[in-house]
Amino acid sequence: MATQGHAAAANGHDAHGHGDHHELSFLQKYIFPLDHKIIGMQYLFTGIFMGVIGALMSYAFRMQMAFPGKAVPLFGLITPEFYNSMVTNHGSIMIFWFAMPVLIAAFGNFLIPLMIGCDDMVFPRVNRLSYQIFLLSAVILIASMFVPGGGFGGAWTSYPPLSASAVYNQTPYGAPMWLLAVALEFVAFLLGGINFITTLMNARAPGMKMYDIPIVVWMIIIASILFMASVGPLIAGAVMLLFDQTIGTGFFDPVRGGDPVLWQHLFWFFGHPEVYVVLLPALGIVAEILPVFARKKLFAYKTILWTAIATGVLSFVVWAHHQFVAGIDPRMANIFTVTTLLISVPITEMLFVYIGTLYGGSILLTTPMLFAIAFIAEFLIGGVTGIFLGASGSDIYFHDTYFVLAHFHYTFVPIAVIAVFAGIYYWFPKMFGRFMNDFWGKVHFWGTAIPFNGIFLPLFYTGAAGDHRRSFDLLNFPELNQPNLIFARQFATISLLVMLAFQVIFFINFFYCMFRGRKAGANPWNANTLEWVAPSPPPHGNFAELPNCHRGPYEYSVPGRDSDYWPQNEPAT
Amino acid sequence: MMESLIAAASSYAGQIDQVTHVVAILGGFWLLLAEAALFYFVFRYRRSRSPKAQYITGETKQQMKWIHWPHNLVLLCDIVILVFAVRAWYHVKQEMPPTDDEVRVVGHQWAWEFVHSGPDGKLGTDDDVSVVDELHLIVNKTYKFKLEAADVLHSFSIPVFRFKQDAVPGRQISGWFKPTKTGQYDVPCSQMCGIGHGIMGGQVYVHTPEEYRQWLDSKAPKSAALPVEGLDRIAMNQGGM
Ligand code: HEM
Ligand SMILES: [Cu+2]
Ligand SMILES: [Cu+2]
Repeated sequence: MATQGHAAAANGHDAHGHGDHHELSFLQKYIFPLDHKIIGMQYLFTGIFMGVIGALMSYAFRMQMAFPGKAVPLFGLITPEFYNSMVTNHGSIMIFWFAMPVLIAAFGNFLIPLMIGCDDMVFPRVNRLSYQIFLLSAVILIASMFVPGGGFGGAWTSYPPLSASAVYNQTPYGAPMWLLAVALEFVAFLLGGINFITTLMNARAPGMKMYDIPIVVWMIIIASILFMASVGPLIAGAVMLLFDQTIGTGFFDPVRGGDPVLWQHLFWFFGHPEVYVVLLPALGIVAEILPVFARKKLFAYKTILWTAIATGVLSFVVWAHHQFVAGIDPRMANIFTVTTLLISVPITEMLFVYIGTLYGGSILLTTPMLFAIAFIAEFLIGGVTGIFLGASGSDIYFHDTYFVLAHFHYTFVPIAVIAVFAGIYYWFPKMFGRFMNDFWGKVHFWGTAIPFNGIFLPLFYTGAAGDHRRSFDLLNFPELNQPNLIFARQFATISLLVMLAFQVIFFINFFYCMFRGRKAGANPWNANTLEWVAPSPPPHGNFAELPNCHRGPYEYSVPGRDSDYWPQNEPAT
Repeated sequence: MMESLIAAASSYAGQIDQVTHVVAILGGFWLLLAEAALFYFVFRYRRSRSPKAQYITGETKQQMKWIHWPHNLVLLCDIVILVFAVRAWYHVKQEMPPTDDEVRVVGHQWAWEFVHSGPDGKLGTDDDVSVVDELHLIVNKTYKFKLEAADVLHSFSIPVFRFKQDAVPGRQISGWFKPTKTGQYDVPCSQMCGIGHGIMGGQVYVHTPEEYRQWLDSKAPKSAALPVEGLDRIAMNQGGM
């Protein structure tokens, strides 16, 4: 299989065989592209755009939490329905329209063909369709916030009966549009996933064996498989919910023989693997960056691969830890506590392996390396705090408090923000042929990492003291109307303002360096993987001559060699 | 630790806090260890001190033990946590100790309706006392609750009892608690239930038996359950909406 070479990739290019790379019009190249890199860029920019919207929403509701009832600059007074809609759409956007498109679709599209040494995806048209459906879903979601009744406010988990009927949620158009947008987004990622997996299986460079595939490629592929295997039941559920909303069926309505808790099972059967769908690509990005800037072979490649697979498999049997107190049979909680605690084992193992990679290295703290290390440091906190929630006994208390919120933001922000920044700073030279400014990169790093902790550490405290989630004004509750808690909430919000301000530096750095940055050669970091063989930025068709693969991706500082790296395509001498 | 953040006022609050503390100690140990190793390596092996990296595959037996040992120890910690967690869970959610009294709890958009059993100590009789957003209990008595939802999901949560249970329309879910400290505490709804979710909160009053009698006497013997519309309006007024 490994030696089938580029035949499949060439087939995909029926429109323009790569012998003749004719000039493409602007429209062909940027608006209706088939090139995986351009599609990757479309996903990147759309995802970041949505991420900015999601961040602005968090600004709106964090201001309300810190200074309840005061007019928020840019947004005005926050009404309860607006608050709920902001929270709901923030969560949905951050996961479905920011984390997934950027981590899987943008990095996956850009990196997979380059890193396995082929000229494009196997199904470029499916790929283009995937983006177009994704874009449509994003437009529908944004539109859903401007229809009569306002955007959906029943939380990103969309539990019925609240989500199933406008009598309860009072968003007759917002709720179905939200659901439609989510369903379309799933379709887009199903199409993308098929494409990724086929490409990896059929279009690897000659000589690239299974254990020679870079970890980030593996991770994106495993994530796509997880997504495709878990989303089916939820799509069925979404259709049922849409029928409940629009034509009055009662799949989730107890009065008509339905069961509201069924939705929760369908949602979390998908929802928990989804966490790993975004986690694995982030771990993959970090696995590429650590060896390059520690000049050191990745510790225990096979262990990483197999723990990722084990985590993926286990992630299918933990879903009900989100439902301990939801009214499921209490005996079930015991089983799900066991599986949940078990899943902590491969994840810990993986993090130890990453830390072990740094041992004995020669570490250069560039901007991407700082972000990669921060990912580990912060994600560890997210992982450990999850155990309070996976242990059924303590979850009775912590469930649906800000402690949960702080926990999962300590996983999601490292994943979708910190690891994404690491990846952008690292592959920017490949994407645009120029470097981002390292000094401003570091300023941006500290301006992100420190305030991030400033936001969410206090929320662990307020959550443990009883702050519960999704409540537009906690001062309504006497126990929560206390100076210490109010101070912690304000501290968190001010940290957010600081963090948001520092992102301006990133955007200036990004766009300025896209055009004016210091020029980068093909392999500016002296890295081994095949994307660095292609010119920066890679032309249509990627490689002047398609590379062969001779070794694994992480052969750094191999004894007896003059050079401290050994590109995968360099023949052994 | 937990008690310094929020009072513990039920018979099982201490046991739940114990689970939290066990997780905090074991999890905290691994967290500190991992962070310490991470920061030490970054510091110790920075390029200026360590110009040449070593070549370590991490795949020899000798090297793998650095993964296998933590792996086994983490597994061991998980088992300890599991034992504490399941014991607490079993006690709170699966056991039903002999109870002294019953209370029916109904979640509405957006208020709690609490039906007290009244002087005869039985639910479903004429002397039941139904009040909105006020739950009255006697300290050190064990209560069985019957939890329902009238419209959407709600969550019946008493943080100082370390207790929480979602209310599901179409079902009656029962369970128990035993208050151990007198006082007045929050009963927030902790499941998203619509626009008024942020104001949906009652109070639980844990009385001495004498106080409880006084409260009961002050109530008309027969106060019929409020219709849902009435509840809505009350909730709205409370929130100043
Ligand atoms: C860094 C800036 C961010 C801040 C300050 C922030 C803050 C918040 C807050 C305060 C809430 C809860 C509001 C409430 O329950 O009343 C929330 C909810 C949520 N956030 Fe974020 N968040 C940020 C980034 C992210 C990212 C990057 C993700 C995921 C990739 C994410 C995913 C979610 C989800 C899933 C929810 C739950 C929404 C719901 O309850 O329906 N957030 N966020
Ligand atoms: Cu989960
Ligand atoms: Cu509620």
